[in-house]
Amino acid sequence: MIGAVLKFVLRRILLLAPILWGVVTVTFILMYVIPGDPVLTLVGERYDEETLEEMRRELGLDKPIPVQYFEYITRLARFDLGRSFVTGRPVTVSIMDRFPRTLLLAFSAMVIAVTAGLGIGGLAAWKRHPWLGHSLMTFSLVGVSIPVFWLGLLLIFLFSIKLSLLPPSGYGGGSLRYLIMPAVTLSFASMATVARVTRSGFLDVLGEDYIRTAKAKGLGNAVVVAKHGLRNALVPVITIVGTDFGSYLGGSVLTESIFGWPGLGRLILQSVFKRDFPMIQGAILFMALVFVIVNLIVDLSYGLVDPRVRTGRGGQ
Amino acid sequence: MNSGGGFLRRFLGKRLALAGLVFILLVNAAVLAMVFSPPAERDGIDLDNSLRPPSLGHPFGTDPFGRDVLSRTVRGSSTSLGVGFIARTFSLVIGLVLGVAAGYFGGRLDSFVMRLADITFAFPTLLLLIAIMAVVDPGLPSLVLALGIVGWAAIARLVRAQVLIYREREFVQAAKAAGAGHKTIIFKHILPQCISPVIVVYSLGLGMTVMAESSLSFLGLGIQPPAPSLGKMISSGIVFMRTAPWLTLFPGLALTLMVCSLNLVGDGVRDSLDPRLAVVRGAGRRL
Repeated sequence: MIGAVLKFVLRRILLLAPILWGVVTVTFILMYVIPGDPVLTLVGERYDEETLEEMRRELGLDKPIPVQYFEYITRLARFDLGRSFVTGRPVTVSIMDRFPRTLLLAFSAMVIAVTAGLGIGGLAAWKRHPWLGHSLMTFSLVGVSIPVFWLGLLLIFLFSIKLSLLPPSGYGGGSLRYLIMPAVTLSFASMATVARVTRSGFLDVLGEDYIRTAKAKGLGNAVVVAKHGLRNALVPVITIVGTDFGSYLGGSVLTESIFGWPGLGRLILQSVFKRDFPMIQGAILFMALVFVIVNLIVDLSYGLVDPRVRTGRGGQ
Repeated sequence: MNSGGGFLRRFLGKRLALAGLVFILLVNAAVLAMVFSPPAERDGIDLDNSLRPPSLGHPFGTDPFGRDVLSRTVRGSSTSLGVGFIARTFSLVIGLVLGVAAGYFGGRLDSFVMRLADITFAFPTLLLLIAIMAVVDPGLPSLVLALGIVGWAAIARLVRAQVLIYREREFVQAAKAAGAGHKTIIFKHILPQCISPVIVVYSLGLGMTVMAESSLSFLGLGIQPPAPSLGKMISSGIVFMRTAPWLTLFPGLALTLMVCSLNLVGDGVRDSLDPRLAVVRGAGRRL
């Protein structure tokens, strides 16, 4: 049994290797096709040929592409993402400074999406009013259609400008007052989707034979719904959270710039405008890595929730 | 097999999908009306009338340059819609070619294309778009190209899955036995089977593509001013949120309605064309 689980985990991790290599290669190629000379953007207006040559040598840009690629990979293996063109600090240091705040935001968004989504969806399945179902469908449609950045502005307009309840922007040491609006904004679409699949997951399972058995055993309705319904709804919910985690990371660029949240997303945007290519390259690579790892965890957690996946019989 | 008439009847029977379609047609009608209206009534700069709140003459108010926000919203919507359709078509072409090639010829080509799709999916979509837009020259062609590139993988996976199913079917095997070449088999026997799922996945992705375009424009990485785009209108309205909230509210509302309509149309197309469409990994992915 433990051997099977271990094999399952190892197989998933091995499958990741070519993808990771691909991600690294894509980020290398992207930053290599920069139009114009990155060194020129680096030195700015005043330069002479000698300085340019020296900088090119320093950055290794005078070497042939395959050599540069090889050096890029070996540097990565030592967790070296180069230095920022603008500040001169190692990219990894800036990422580690900023990422915890983005993670706090993304994680809060995830918690809100799952708890509120499960609550709303479960409620709509438990109380089977038609209007409740309809309003949930409308909510989930609007939820996935409303642009993150506009939703954020609406919340600022309502809660900061009109009602003066919450600060419109800032980090505030990560305190709840500052966290709540960006986190809700980031979670909204995900929450709407979670609510929709939770409702249908609950409704699907409540007609199954084993639910009748559970009820026949004398278990109370609420216990049956909570235990079996939840278990059935959980697999699609995990899938949504896994795929949407990419939206949390990408959406953090929008959310963080609206709410002035000093995370990695905002740093990426600032680096784009400053044409700080090592910073962009490193941060995007890092975000992709995080996303890949989250998806690995999601993949593995299917095995915990649904034993059929683990043993390779039937299932997904 | 779905007949065209049956599809139309089923689609028109869905009130929500129809509402979405009507909204999109309305946007187009508004654009046409603007094209034929006298130039003076379009969104010319009129500094005497800057930042006027909504009124009969300017239902959505005016911006800091005195331009009519309604006209700009309509023009921005049409740009978004146009970019969305063109980018999606671009994704479709890449996805169709690679998907058919991978599914039909199999082997190394297949694993190469599918790994490429995996790699595309490994990036959070918006971040990949930002990375691409950061290194190319800004402008409409780059934008369409970038949006097209991030959308190909889901289509390719779907097409490949479809080809794998039909490649082994009797009628394809019979055609092969009768001596039909690859070209005949692909174009006459396999591609027709891909049409309805491809239409479905094409329309399901439209809303997300429009959302991606406006997000990039909002960040200043998409459509460049002075061309009106909803995303850019919203971001330039932020500084006036206290004094002139209509600058952000109306374009955002239009954008939400547009994405909503596209999503409704997409759902309607799926339900009337291919309700049991196999769920492909990545097809339901949001921005």
